[in-house]
Amino acid sequence: MWFIKNSITRKNLMALTGLFLCLFLVIHLLGNFQLLLPKEEARLQYNLYSDFLSNNILVKLISYGLYASILIHTLDSIYLTIKAKKAKGSSYVKDNRGRASKWYSRQMMFLGSIVFAFLVIHFKDFWFVYKFGTLPLDTNGNKDLYGLVLVSFENLWYVLLYGFAILSLGFHLLHGFFSAFRTIGLYNPKYNSIIKTVGIVFAIAITFGYFIIPFYMYLID
Amino acid sequence: MVIHLKIWRQKNQHTKGYLESYTLNEVDAEMSFLEMLDSLNLKLAKQGERPVEFDHDCREGICGQCGVMINGIAHGPLKNTSTCQLHMRSFKDGDTIYVEPFKAKAFPVIRDLKVDRSGLDEIIAAGGYISVNTGQAPEANSILVSHEESESAFDSAACIGCGACIATCKNASAALFTSAKISQLAKLPQGQKESSKRTVDMVNRMEELDFGHCTNTEACQVECPQDISVLNIAQMNYEYNKAKLKS
Repeated sequence: MWFIKNSITRKNLMALTGLFLCLFLVIHLLGNFQLLLPKEEARLQYNLYSDFLSNNILVKLISYGLYASILIHTLDSIYLTIKAKKAKGSSYVKDNRGRASKWYSRQMMFLGSIVFAFLVIHFKDFWFVYKFGTLPLDTNGNKDLYGLVLVSFENLWYVLLYGFAILSLGFHLLHGFFSAFRTIGLYNPKYNSIIKTVGIVFAIAITFGYFIIPFYMYLID
Repeated sequence: MVIHLKIWRQKNQHTKGYLESYTLNEVDAEMSFLEMLDSLNLKLAKQGERPVEFDHDCREGICGQCGVMINGIAHGPLKNTSTCQLHMRSFKDGDTIYVEPFKAKAFPVIRDLKVDRSGLDEIIAAGGYISVNTGQAPEANSILVSHEESESAFDSAACIGCGACIATCKNASAALFTSAKISQLAKLPQGQKESSKRTVDMVNRMEELDFGHCTNTEACQVECPQDISVLNIAQMNYEYNKAKLKS
């Protein structure tokens, strides 16, 4: 398998899974915007939507791709971080190299770890409960995921935890989005500047979009 | 002006290095950084001590031999400048300056500030050339190259191979160096014929030599004496991916 051998191909995997996850972020956010509807309307519609997602065969297939992407992205980053640590050699006594780059571009592993830890919590609290736990049914007979969301975001610390994780994700995207395009080989200066701008807009939009939901849910209850 | 120095001293690859403090009382602001080190060495030689060893050759910023970490920055505080082109007017009277060698696993210290950068030569040897026998010089207009293309290739070719990109990179990646050599040739028709093989061979050699991977922090371009563009790295990735997809 040629794509396992070296770090450029490893980085390709990282970039492609990352971009796929970016696409997922958009879809997930658009779906979750239904939470912002008036309470009872949101309950019925969101539960219906969740039921559709968990029973549609196409969505199911894409979700396996999603789980695989998260795992490949994570394992690859661990592999590359260990490799880079070996390449570095001893450290400098006086180190001012940070002036040449953005802090978040150097802390992708740290930011990614926060996002991964958040994902574990997020999966455990919603995905796992929805799939394997018992939830009351709404008036349409669908599992009441909306109710679970509402109860979860009653806690301020939980809302703040989400805020922190989303902010970390935002900085991760701020570097990751354009970096992914560079990795797969976009070298045209014009398109690079476009992608850089798109990346900034994308990171801000995703951060802001995801920010609204937990705070809104906290405030309406 | 008075300058306090903290300089990395290390006898050889197998001994541990340490920072030694020196003070120079008569440093001229118009001295180059290397002349300042020369004056230190003169002083040490007179005292019967072993001088501080450092690499240098042309002292005009084009050979790529000099290169040390000055206050934790490759080639010192000025951006896009080599160590030899840095002058003491960039420092203030009474400053303490840390001088350390470039550090990376692929750059073992030979002595003091001198490091073994032969890994870069090995990357070039793996394919950084055109191997076709060209015979006599062809008629100038038989292969047309636009002005923009030739300028762009020249920008990449301006890399002096000093290793500052590797010393600056948090992963000790040689991506900027290798990519500059790859794209310099890939941008011109004469080099394009062998581009795939060259790219794969040079990238593989870079990997074998234990350089790290590129995470696009773009720090390398900021400290590069020649301001080599990070887009060369993207072109290297493009050439590599293309070669792998075709094979």
